[in-house]
Amino acid sequence: MAARVTNVLICGTGGQGILTASEVLSSAAQAAGFDVKKSEVHGMAQRGGSVTSHVRYGEKVYSPLIERGAADIVLAMEKLEALRWLHFLGPEGRMLVCDLEINPLTVNIGRAEYPDTDAMLEDCGAPYSLIPAFDVAEELGNMKVVNTVMLGALASRLELPAEAWTAAVEERLPARALEVNRKAFEEGRRLAG
Amino acid sequence: MMSRKLNETDSGALFLSGNEAVARGAWESGVHFAAAYPGTPSTEILEAIGEEYPEIDAQWAPNEKVGMETIAGASFAGARVLTAMKHVGLNVAADPLFTLSYIGSTGGIVIVSADDPGMHSSQNEQDNRLMARASKVAMLEPSDSQEAKDMVGEALRISEEFDTPVMLRLTTRISHSKSLVQAGPRREVEVKGYRPDIAKRVPIPANARKMHSRVERRLLALEEYGAESPLNRIEEGEGSLGIITSGISYQYVKETFPEASVLKLGMTNPLPWKLIEKFVGMVDRVMVVEENEPYLEERIRARLLVDVTGKDRVPIEGELNPELVREALDPEADTSLTYGELELPARPPALCPGCPHRGAFYCLSKLKGSSTGDIGCYTLGLMPPHGALETTVCMGAAIGVLSGIEKATGREEMERLVAAIGESTFVHSGITGLIDMVYNGNTGTVMIMDNSVTAMTGGQENPTTGKSLRGDPAPRLDLKELCRACGVKNVRVVDPHDLEEMEKVLREERAREELSVIITRRPCIMTYRPRRRAVAELDPGTCVSCRMCMNLGCPAISWDGEEGHPRINSMLCWPNCNLCVQVCPTGALSKDMGES
Repeated sequence: MAARVTNVLICGTGGQGILTASEVLSSAAQAAGFDVKKSEVHGMAQRGGSVTSHVRYGEKVYSPLIERGAADIVLAMEKLEALRWLHFLGPEGRMLVCDLEINPLTVNIGRAEYPDTDAMLEDCGAPYSLIPAFDVAEELGNMKVVNTVMLGALASRLELPAEAWTAAVEERLPARALEVNRKAFEEGRRLAG
Repeated sequence: MMSRKLNETDSGALFLSGNEAVARGAWESGVHFAAAYPGTPSTEILEAIGEEYPEIDAQWAPNEKVGMETIAGASFAGARVLTAMKHVGLNVAADPLFTLSYIGSTGGIVIVSADDPGMHSSQNEQDNRLMARASKVAMLEPSDSQEAKDMVGEALRISEEFDTPVMLRLTTRISHSKSLVQAGPRREVEVKGYRPDIAKRVPIPANARKMHSRVERRLLALEEYGAESPLNRIEEGEGSLGIITSGISYQYVKETFPEASVLKLGMTNPLPWKLIEKFVGMVDRVMVVEENEPYLEERIRARLLVDVTGKDRVPIEGELNPELVREALDPEADTSLTYGELELPARPPALCPGCPHRGAFYCLSKLKGSSTGDIGCYTLGLMPPHGALETTVCMGAAIGVLSGIEKATGREEMERLVAAIGESTFVHSGITGLIDMVYNGNTGTVMIMDNSVTAMTGGQENPTTGKSLRGDPAPRLDLKELCRACGVKNVRVVDPHDLEEMEKVLREERAREELSVIITRRPCIMTYRPRRRAVAELDPGTCVSCRMCMNLGCPAISWDGEEGHPRINSMLCWPNCNLCVQVCPTGALSKDMGES
C-alpha cells in the first residue's frame, strides 16, 4: 500500500487568487519535506469562470489530479463553488468555505437564480466550516488578505508544521503586507481550529 | 506574465510547471534561440525563458509558422533552438515542419507541441502524436516536470546525433501541473556558424528524393536507439496484465495500479519495437492506456498482430484522470462517491468588467447585428446577453468566412455581420484574408478589436504593442496604415467605450457597399491598473427598473429583484469604464471618471 497522500482541492472563481493560494500550500508542503504536485487549468477558464487547483502531497505522489471522492479538504473561496466541487470530498473530508457569494453571469442576467447555498451546505451532509474571511479582512483593513484568512483555516486542518507555513507565507506573499497577512493567517487558523 | 521568481529550496529542488521545466531544460542545455506565438497551454514556456533566462535570445513570433522558420534558420547557422506552440499552432507551422524534417538539424531543434485533451482552452482535441508520425520526426513525451526538463536536453542530443527535429509533446496536465525538479547549471554550447549546404537545405526534387531516403534510414536508426534508451523502460510488476502507456497517463496508471507491470514509453516516434515485443512476451494480456487517439494501440495491434485492450475501455474523448483509468483497468471497482454531484447554475467564463470588447458587442447586439468570430477573448461575444458571434473556425478565419458568406448570399448578410478579430490574431493570419477581400471585390466589414495585447493567453506583447517579449521598446505595427496599404479605402478607428460613436460607425460601415475596416481601439484592462478608485453609483429614486444596464452583461452589475434596481459590486467595478452610465436612460447611474 502506497504511503498516504493528502489531497486538497482549492476552488473559487477566476480572479479570486486560487492559483496563489495553492502556491502557498504547495510551498508549505515542500518546506515540510514532502513530494508535492499541483494542477490547474489556464486560459479561457480564468475569465471569471469556475477555477480549481488540485494540490497533493505525501512521500511519493504520482497523479497531479485528485480523484473524485478522495479530497481530504475542499477549500472553497465561494459558496456556490464549494457545492460545485462537493463530490470531490472523501468520506473523512471536510469543507472550509469562505462566506461569500459571487453571482455567475447566468444569475446576473436573470437566466438562473443563485441558490440558497446556506441551506444546501446545511443539507449536503458533509462536515464544513463557514469562514467569515471577508469580515476578518475588513477588520484588518485590507481586503487583499481574504485568501490568507482561508489559508490559516486550512492550516488548522492539516498536519504541516507551523514553520513550514510561516516560510511559505513569507516567500509567496508580498513583503510589504507581511504583518497584516500574518494576522490574517492566525485569525483564520483560530476561526477554523 | 508570471508574477514570481522560480522557487529554489535548500535541497536545490525547484517546484516547476511542465512549461517552466521546459524553459529550464532549454537553459541548462545551452539553447541559444527560442521563438513562439502564445497559445494555451504552451504560453509560459517562452514567458519563463523571457523572465528567467537572459542567456537565451527569446522572441514572440507573429505566428507559429514564422516561429518555426526562424528557429530553422538559427539551427542552419548552428544554434541550439526551441519553438513552442499549442496543438493547433502546429497546423499553422506544419508547412515548414514537414520539410524541416527532410532537411534535419545543424544545431539541435526542439519543437514543443502542447496538446489540450479535454479542450480546456481550445477549439479541437487533435492529437499531435499523429503529426510527429506524419512528419517523420522523433517524438518524446514527458510524464512530469522533471522529465520535461530532462527531455529537452535529450531531445537536443538526439536532434544533433540523428539529424532530425525532435517534437517534445506535452499535454495540458503536463504543462500546467507543478512538481519537484532537480535542476542543474547551464552548459554552454558553441554556435557552429552558418555554412551553406545546398544538398542538405534546398529540397528541389533531385535533392528531396535523397533526403527522403535519409529520413527513412533515420527512423530505423532511431527505432534501434529507442529500444536501448532509458527513455523507454519496463517496470516489472505483479500479475498477468501488462500496461503500455506514456505521458500523463503513466501517472494515472501508477496511481491506481502501482503493482502492475508497465512499459513506460518516453519516446513514442518511432516506436521501440524490440522493447515492445519483449514486454508483450512477458505478460498474458496487454492493455494500452493513452489519452485521445488510439495511437499506440493501433500501431501495436497492426505490427505485432496481438489482441490488445485500449479504446474499448479507455475513452477516446476528453482527458483522462485517475478514476477513468481505474474504471478502465478494473470495471468491477467500486467508484461510488460519498457525496453526489449537485445541479447548480453554471459559471461560464465572461468578458471582464471594463473589457473594451463589451462596448463593441453591446452595440452590435443592439443593432441586431452579429459577427463571424475568431480565436481570443472576444469569442466570448457569443455569450448572452450579447449573442453577437456566430462562427469560429481557427486563427484568422473570421475574415475568410465573412467573405465566403458574401460570395454565397450577396450583400444581405453584409448589412448584418462583421468579421470580429483581435489585433494579434489579425497579424497572426488575418492580413491575407483582408487582402483576399480587396482582391476579390468583397464589400463586408472587418472589425479589428485592438486591445493592444494578446489577451486570452494572459497578456503577451505582439507586433502592434510597441514592446518585445522582454518588454523592450519595439517598432509598433500601424494597423490603419497596413489596412490602407492592402487597398482598403474605408478605415475608421473608434473607441469601443464611446457607445454613441461605436454604434454610428457600425451602422454606417455595414450599410456601405464597399469593403471597410473598423479598428476598435482601447487597451485591455490587464495592461494597466488605474491608481484611482471609482465605482458607479446608483440613485435608486431615479432608477425606473428598465434593466438597460443588464444588457451589458457586466460581471460587476447584478439585479436586485426585491428592490427592482441594479447593484454594483464595488470590488469588480472597473475605474476607467462607464458603459453602464452611458446606457442608463434616466441618469440613475453616475461615476466620477476623473480626468481622462
